[in-house]
Amino acid sequence: MSEEVKVAIIGSGPAGLTAAIYTARADLNPVVIEGEPSSTTDQPGGQLMLTTEIENYPGFVEGIMGPELMANFRSQAQRFGATYDTAKVSRVDLTERPFKLWTTNQSGEEPKYLADAIIISTGARSLLLNLERETELIGHGVSTCATCDGFFFRDHNIAVIGGGDSALEEAGFLTKFAKSVTIIHRRNELRASKIMQDRAFANPKISFIWDSTVTELHGDTSLTGITVTNRITGETSELPVTGLFVAIGHSPNTDIFKGQIDMDEVGYILTRDGTATNVPGVFACGDVQDHTYRQAITAAGSGCMAAIDVEKWLKQVEE
Amino acid sequence: MAKNILTLTDSNFDEQLVASDVPILVDFWAEWCGPCKIIAPILEEIAEQKNGKLAIAKLNVDDAMNTARRFEVMSIPTLILFKEGQPVTRIVGAKPKGQLLADLEVHL
Repeated sequence: MSEEVKVAIIGSGPAGLTAAIYTARADLNPVVIEGEPSSTTDQPGGQLMLTTEIENYPGFVEGIMGPELMANFRSQAQRFGATYDTAKVSRVDLTERPFKLWTTNQSGEEPKYLADAIIISTGARSLLLNLERETELIGHGVSTCATCDGFFFRDHNIAVIGGGDSALEEAGFLTKFAKSVTIIHRRNELRASKIMQDRAFANPKISFIWDSTVTELHGDTSLTGITVTNRITGETSELPVTGLFVAIGHSPNTDIFKGQIDMDEVGYILTRDGTATNVPGVFACGDVQDHTYRQAITAAGSGCMAAIDVEKWLKQVEE
Repeated sequence: MAKNILTLTDSNFDEQLVASDVPILVDFWAEWCGPCKIIAPILEEIAEQKNGKLAIAKLNVDDAMNTARRFEVMSIPTLILFKEGQPVTRIVGAKPKGQLLADLEVHL
């Protein structure tokens, strides 16, 4: 038997959980389909679950740990009546209302939920390099989670790929353990914020290789080195690092909505009039529709907008 | 922590492994690891569910660094299943309960 709900929220990062707080307080009894445990950003709580200290979320003078912040969001929404389903949505049918949702933990063929309205807040995931042997070396030198694995690289020489805030944050964190951290960036300047750049340049353990990409991974059972190629001169060099942390950008988690919701050419959901999508009753918030700001606070802000938009829309269709 | 979960250290690791008459799943974890916290309750459920067929043990890598190094653990959570004292399979990273059970079942 399908469960009928007014609002289904897909995803449980800052956007989804803020939408949950607001829709729960509006008595819409939201169900949050929060995702499944994993060691990537694709997990309940989202990208902040793999960060350490969050210093720029307003209201926390001394900063707060990412996982703790998300646990607070979750409890706060729960206090107002939001419920959670620890599963991933495997399929959606948005052609007619109520919308149909299938999940990874359901039995039978019937959709698990029939929802009057949907808030999509599935976020974005970190990109990998797509190099040969990358997946098999994860956990053996190649890491997707600096906070999980940094500890094991005590006195190792390691590399971080990327030039944004997340790359610099990881690099800074890793200098607590590593002997040296080399940041490899494909341009000759960083995309990261000024404060993060200043910290990285001032850190004696951090050095930079500019205009370069990683083109090969070496090592049989664990990583022993990488090949770095300069994009301008074409020159290659070997870097004997035993750890590699990849922070080269993000891709939106929108595969299950392809063909049903309007997206841009790289898969970000297109919104208009606040958080509305092209399908009436389906709203999108957070990183899944934002490749510009991508902050916890902007995601939370757009989650609030989606909740208000949903409430208004439901009232209109009920009249 | 649930009563039926063992705590392993560098000094009791080998002894406990040999003493067990059922396979032992060792969870290499640490306080500072988010995904480790997420799978902790799942492992408690599995311990209850598989009671008598599978033992679950936790090894804190901060305290038992030598054992973590010995098994080349470089990412946590890492789960290693031991049968008669020998590692038979290794699961790296947090996973949903159903998938963990499926990964383990083939070795039990």
